[in-house]
Amino acid sequence: MKCQSCAKAATVHLTDFVNGHKKELHLCEDCAEKQQLLKQQEVNLSSILQTVIGQHIGQLTDELGRLTCPACGVKYMEFKAEGRLGCPHDYQVFQTALEPLLQRIHRAVRHVGKKPRHGRIHAAHLKEIVELRRQLRTAVETEAYEEAARIRDLLRIKEATDEPG
Amino acid sequence: MNLDSMTQASGEWLRGTGPEADIVISSRIRLARNLAAFPFTNRASAHQRNEIEALLRERILRLEVQPPFDYVGLSGLTPLDRQFLVERQLISRELANSEGPRGVALGAQETMSLMINEEDHVRIQVMRSGFSLDEAWQDIDRLDDLLEQRVSYAFSEEFGYLTACPTNVGTGMRASVMLHLPALVLTKEIEKVFRALQKINLAVRGLYGEGSRASGDFYQISNQVTLGKTEAAVLKEIREVIPTIIGYERKARATLTKESRQALHDRVSRAFGTLRSATMMTSEETMELLSAVRLGINLGLLEDIGIPIINELFIQTQPAHLQKLMGAPLDGEERNSARARYLRSRLRENGSALN
Repeated sequence: MKCQSCAKAATVHLTDFVNGHKKELHLCEDCAEKQQLLKQQEVNLSSILQTVIGQHIGQLTDELGRLTCPACGVKYMEFKAEGRLGCPHDYQVFQTALEPLLQRIHRAVRHVGKKPRHGRIHAAHLKEIVELRRQLRTAVETEAYEEAARIRDLLRIKEATDEPG
Repeated sequence: MNLDSMTQASGEWLRGTGPEADIVISSRIRLARNLAAFPFTNRASAHQRNEIEALLRERILRLEVQPPFDYVGLSGLTPLDRQFLVERQLISRELANSEGPRGVALGAQETMSLMINEEDHVRIQVMRSGFSLDEAWQDIDRLDDLLEQRVSYAFSEEFGYLTACPTNVGTGMRASVMLHLPALVLTKEIEKVFRALQKINLAVRGLYGEGSRASGDFYQISNQVTLGKTEAAVLKEIREVIPTIIGYERKARATLTKESRQALHDRVSRAFGTLRSATMMTSEETMELLSAVRLGINLGLLEDIGIPIINELFIQTQPAHLQKLMGAPLDGEERNSARARYLRSRLRENGSALN
């Protein structure tokens, strides 16, 4: 049998399941190594992330397990499982847990690049939005739908006027 | 906006011009940005995603750019049209395959695009033909400045631009250069290059980004780090390493021409012959053969045929492009036959092997 990537004899035979479909690969050693190498490169970011979050969580589990963002309701444990944060406010809420992670990913924990000259939302304004989001979540959880609708309207006005001068 | 009108042209980044265009296909930069007042896309409710899309769409269409952006909502597109935009590298596969309110704003000549409600609220992208990272940065920096005047970005002094995934936080910038490296693949030196790049924290990906194969010997080199370095420093790192890789590829090409010219010439001519006469052609084989032909043209082994038409064929033989060109949905077998027919007609008008 010939290698699927070049004309040499295939010595490596792989069976992969992609979305439930069986996929067979027959490659020579060189091409297999090449593919493997590419694969390693590709999984890099997300796999690093998963490992690092996993390792880090060990000693801090109890404390971290209780951390929840008041604005979006994401728990640190959910971030750990999904690798995605819930809202911009999470960076503040999870700061102590995130910094070692950022250090591992970027070998740095502070931004030194571009800064917006305009478009920076006023801290007080952001705080207000975070608080309104928290109230909205409570209202929905306690099934206080009229209250929820009122908060939603308020948020809508705040967000729609979110155009810096 | 009429997507069909885009089918005939290859888009600015595949024009085949620009510095070092025989090896460097294109330079691309993307910036991840989020609105301060909303949860990230994955955590936003359907209602909020609607609001995010409407707000951004309205502000983007009002930007002072000439010509103004065109906006394409993705929910209203067929899977074929979505795939078409992926093939043109105007949107990501993630955006194409996700659900809910989302879209893309397209700039002139397809060099600028802004994806809305991808993993981040906005992903700004600028693409340039050839090795032109600095020009791409100037364009995207200006566009980012314009948008920043209209919306409030999620930004913190400590962590920079805040993103849904911590791997993008800081500058939110991913800069990449797409290279055509057929000689390094043929001489099997490509692994050495990968290892060297990995050591300096640069990533290597295939033609269509994360998870895609390096078909057609195309490789994208990009930065991984987004925090703790300025945009200029990151761009400098990439800018400095690319000439070295170009040098390796040129050296490999010189070695091939010197030591196995006959075999190379044969390979290139066979590739060209197959493309001009086969009656069934898979996308994968097409990429491989076009890659050999592209190398042959650059080494002067084929004449009367230009790089632009080959660049065009790389994209027009992709499944969605092909179906749009044929004006009908085709299954796998039909596509392979239509692809071969299309290649024959395009290549018979042009080109002959050099004897």
